Amino acid sequence: MSSEPKISVSELKAYYGREQILMSVSMEIPPRMILGIIGPAGSGKTTFLRCLNRLNDLVPGFRTEGRIQLDGQDIYHPGFEAVGLRKRVGMLFALPVPLPKSIYENVVYGPRLSGIGDRNRLDQLVEASLKSAFIWDEVKDRLHSPAMRLSGGQQQRLCLARILAMEPEVILLDEPCSGLDPISTAKIEEALTILKERYTIILVTNNTKQAARVADQTAFFLMGSLIEHGPTQELFTVPRDSRTGDYITGRFG
Amino acid sequence: MRIPPKHTQRAAVLVMGLATLFTLAILVFIILFVLEKGLPVVSLKFLFTNPQDMGKSGGILPTLVGTILLTLVAVAIATPLGVGTAIYLTEYTRESRITRIIRFGADCLAGIPSIIFGLFGFIFFVTILKMGWSIMSGGLTLAFMILPTIIRTAEEAIKAVPNSYREVSFSLGATRWETVQKVVLPSALPGIVTGIMLGVGRSIGETAAVIFTAGSSLRMPASLMDSARTMSVHFYILAREGISTENAYGTAAILVITILFINLTAYSLMNRFVAKNN
Repeated sequence: MSSEPKISVSELKAYYGREQILMSVSMEIPPRMILGIIGPAGSGKTTFLRCLNRLNDLVPGFRTEGRIQLDGQDIYHPGFEAVGLRKRVGMLFALPVPLPKSIYENVVYGPRLSGIGDRNRLDQLVEASLKSAFIWDEVKDRLHSPAMRLSGGQQQRLCLARILAMEPEVILLDEPCSGLDPISTAKIEEALTILKERYTIILVTNNTKQAARVADQTAFFLMGSLIEHGPTQELFTVPRDSRTGDYITGRFG
Repeated sequence: MRIPPKHTQRAAVLVMGLATLFTLAILVFIILFVLEKGLPVVSLKFLFTNPQDMGKSGGILPTLVGTILLTLVAVAIATPLGVGTAIYLTEYTRESRITRIIRFGADCLAGIPSIIFGLFGFIFFVTILKMGWSIMSGGLTLAFMILPTIIRTAEEAIKAVPNSYREVSFSLGATRWETVQKVVLPSALPGIVTGIMLGVGRSIGETAAVIFTAGSSLRMPASLMDSARTMSVHFYILAREGISTENAYGTAAILVITILFINLTAYSLMNRFVAKNN
């Protein structure tokens, strides 16, 4: 990976009130590939992810120290707009959350916020995003019916399409398949391996096998610290830290 | 000695069922009683002609117009204030001492007898602000009276919107206001409408606060600065002064029907809105 990192995190510490969740995490994330983040519950994976789009800003008592740079710009700099950041860094949540609107309106939610009002342009975005999220064929005939009526797996792919329609640069995924059946999971994973050619993808997962399947690089978090980060192949076959080995072989966590 | 759960369960169902039945029976009885006494005098002519001889004969048109205008003024003022306050308290402030004091104040305000509001309206709007006995004075007074109900119901409705909707909206690059506008308010709408309907009901039925502030003129109001008599006040005066029991019940029947009609329309509009999105 010779190119400039897309995201560069240095000495990131995060706190909820007095409790420290992240212990000085430093990491460089190269562009256009999938970074898998694994680790047991409570290891700070999700907190780390939510720092990258500043979604934690909304949580009372949350604060960070250290620096996160996106394309060399400090995203926690006072002059940096969190709203603009979130348009560049999309996020898929653990549980699919379609907004109580139609399928179409869900997908164009982001673009509309960016001021895109042209009907043709929106139609194009909807079709392209739904195709990229592998759900177009299932919903093309009912774009204007409520998104809530889709199955869980379809809802999650719709949520992915909704992010793609924003045309972001980075996609954060927070255990996106934890509530899905194997077939929906496979479809999401297939979509991700294609999408990584255009986007930088960070995938937090509780399923180490998923990281092994789709991630180019994997990072292992434990108790708020980054224990190890490297090419997935290496991390899973010759982990440098014994705790990584213990976790991926299922000895704890 | 222990009563077997099977029996306590049965007894509980019986007691609660009877309570429900009793409540329903009273409600139905009141409505039927009023309609039975009132409907015989109700006709299109009764609705659309002016009263004569202090209301002894003739119709109730000015009171119908007065009721509608007064309620519209009250709701038009209280809704933006109330919903705005509710949004501010829930979305823009963190739970603190001040929000708790505001909420406590709203709850206290909701429990104040309406005649106190009437007295306040009379002193403040009618006398100090020199608005006289008018629909405006009455509407403003009613607005303050229903404000707490609207704030509290709207607040509960907004709080019931899942937080995950907000997170999704923010994560898609929305600002706080865009999120409120596009996600929170549409989801909270049914609850907010319920609060407004409660306010409408209270405005239509209010007598004490209205006599003090809007007066009891039987002339057709020509502007919002004119005095007007609402149907509730008309009913009160007809019955209290012994002018005409028949016309009093006729007015009461129209009142009941109006409230039923407004509620049904509001709920069917709301159901259509909810069905469209879910």
